[in-house]
Amino acid sequence: MWCELLQVNFFDEYQMEGLSPEANEICLEVAPENISRALKTAQNAKAVKVKLTKKHCPCLTLSAELPSLSSISRVVTHDIPVEVIPRRLWHEFKEPTVPDFDVSIYLPPLKTMKNVVDRMKNLSNILVLEANLGGEMNLKIETDLVSVTTHFKDLGNPPWGDSASQSRSQSWDPEAMAHARVDVRKLQQFLIGQQINPSKAMCNIVHNRIVHLILLQEDMSLQYFIPAVA
Amino acid sequence: MDCVATGGNVKVLAKAVHSLSRIGEDLYLEPLDDGLTLRTVNSSRSAFACFLLSPLFFQKFHVSHGRGFRCKMPIKSVQAVFRSLSSLERTVEKCHIELNSEKSRLTFTLHCKHGLLKTHNLSFQDCESLQAVFDKERCANVLQAQPRLLVDTVLHFPPSLEEVKASVTADRLLLKNHVENDADQAKAMRTELCLSSEEFLHFSVSAPTSITFCLKELRVSDGVLVFAESTDLPVSMHFDEPGSPVVLSVTDSVLEANFVLATLSEDSHCNHDNGHKKRPRTPPPADDFMCDDMDSYLIAMETSEMAGPSSRTEPRSSSEREQEEEQRPHSKKFCSFFFGSVLPTSSQTANQTLQNQDVLASDSEDEQ
Repeated sequence: MWCELLQVNFFDEYQMEGLSPEANEICLEVAPENISRALKTAQNAKAVKVKLTKKHCPCLTLSAELPSLSSISRVVTHDIPVEVIPRRLWHEFKEPTVPDFDVSIYLPPLKTMKNVVDRMKNLSNILVLEANLGGEMNLKIETDLVSVTTHFKDLGNPPWGDSASQSRSQSWDPEAMAHARVDVRKLQQFLIGQQINPSKAMCNIVHNRIVHLILLQEDMSLQYFIPAVA
Repeated sequence: MDCVATGGNVKVLAKAVHSLSRIGEDLYLEPLDDGLTLRTVNSSRSAFACFLLSPLFFQKFHVSHGRGFRCKMPIKSVQAVFRSLSSLERTVEKCHIELNSEKSRLTFTLHCKHGLLKTHNLSFQDCESLQAVFDKERCANVLQAQPRLLVDTVLHFPPSLEEVKASVTADRLLLKNHVENDADQAKAMRTELCLSSEEFLHFSVSAPTSITFCLKELRVSDGVLVFAESTDLPVSMHFDEPGSPVVLSVTDSVLEANFVLATLSEDSHCNHDNGHKKRPRTPPPADDFMCDDMDSYLIAMETSEMAGPSSRTEPRSSSEREQEEEQRPHSKKFCSFFFGSVLPTSSQTANQTLQNQDVLASDSEDEQ
């Protein structure tokens, strides 16, 4: 999963000094549940400050000023241990390129999709996600006893314009369904996590290879890649 | 014994039982002239809770004099009587608790609407009197707050959190999670919450101090906090120096609830000048110092008569061991509040204790 947040839309103050002026980046590894928990407790905060500090080990120190019963705010501070990733490994953490997809389609309402996938998960481990350039998408599962298909129509296909990634989709038969078999739990994980209402949600399918889900909001982008299974 | 609780007090009684059930497995019930006491202690003897319901709490409260009756029973059976708090409120008009001494049964009868009677006959065991030795009034530090404040505070800490360190100065309460295991040091997330004294209803600190205690009983249970919140009564916290138990209590005109938790003691602070009141226990050999099963975090059991079957499974609880043995702690460990004779500890090599406590030592030295 790849997610980008434009700092200017989130932070009033933002100061950062990367490794060097040429490599003005910092790469950290952190346990997501720690950050998640820290942020949860700061939900009602008046202000939150995040700093990279060195305590017993490098930490992301998150301090939140919370509303209190008195004039003096409550302050909660979380020291989240992080590991600094050395420069030589940065290449492993670059934004994945948009794969050369066959079909690109807008997703149906995520909530609807989640309901469908939740139920399908009970029946099968593998789900087939397929779509065509006519705005149609199907979610299918097939077992010995039963096969279930949910059809979505008139979803629309995003116009990517002329670019290298279009080469495959340009030669793709618009009526044909590009499909990929994916682990239903992975798809479910993506859908469960959606707390935001993205302004754009789309799905690129490389036939039999990858499902690439993209959520866009004005200040944030999120990409999720699910490899196809045999 | 024969008593009747009516109306809203039935629900309070039920909540008290549920609250106690979070801490221990047995409910010790003893009617006194002061009222009905319901007590329990956890298996590691590091948490004790006691509810005293005064005679005024009841519509009728009759205690036969003579040899004081007391008993213990599995708390689950009492909980079964008071299942489903919401329906209790709607349907139960009165709860009658009566001792049937011939049959050795304690009968709980719920008088419900439409003339419905639900009778539970619970068998009980005779037992020693379970009493932790603590004195709230003599504690140097007392804080009192609306339960909401404490509930909100506890939310900031991870559900898995065991120990928390509370530090007070004249105008602040600082709560930190306590990380003791070396292996966890690097990975553990540390959380610290600072509350100003102004948020409390009462904040009286005699000298800045820090105590470390186990949060689990407060929240896995939510025993005292949920009870207080539901009854909307302020919670007070009484504590002294490290090693002395911390007492959380909720009081109103007809009931008093005390939750007593052991705190981590420090070498130098472990004073025994309270005579028989405080006996530190050296922890039995174990790798995980902070694991709940460990007796290191302990309340000494000082029981007046130790009946064989009623004592817990530890071999130490045998009655001949009532003498207090002077076991000086080699270093830090949890001193606890005591119920009685200090159970003599199995011998613990100095090396082992020191090893365990080294871990603690580094933590406490870091704090200001």
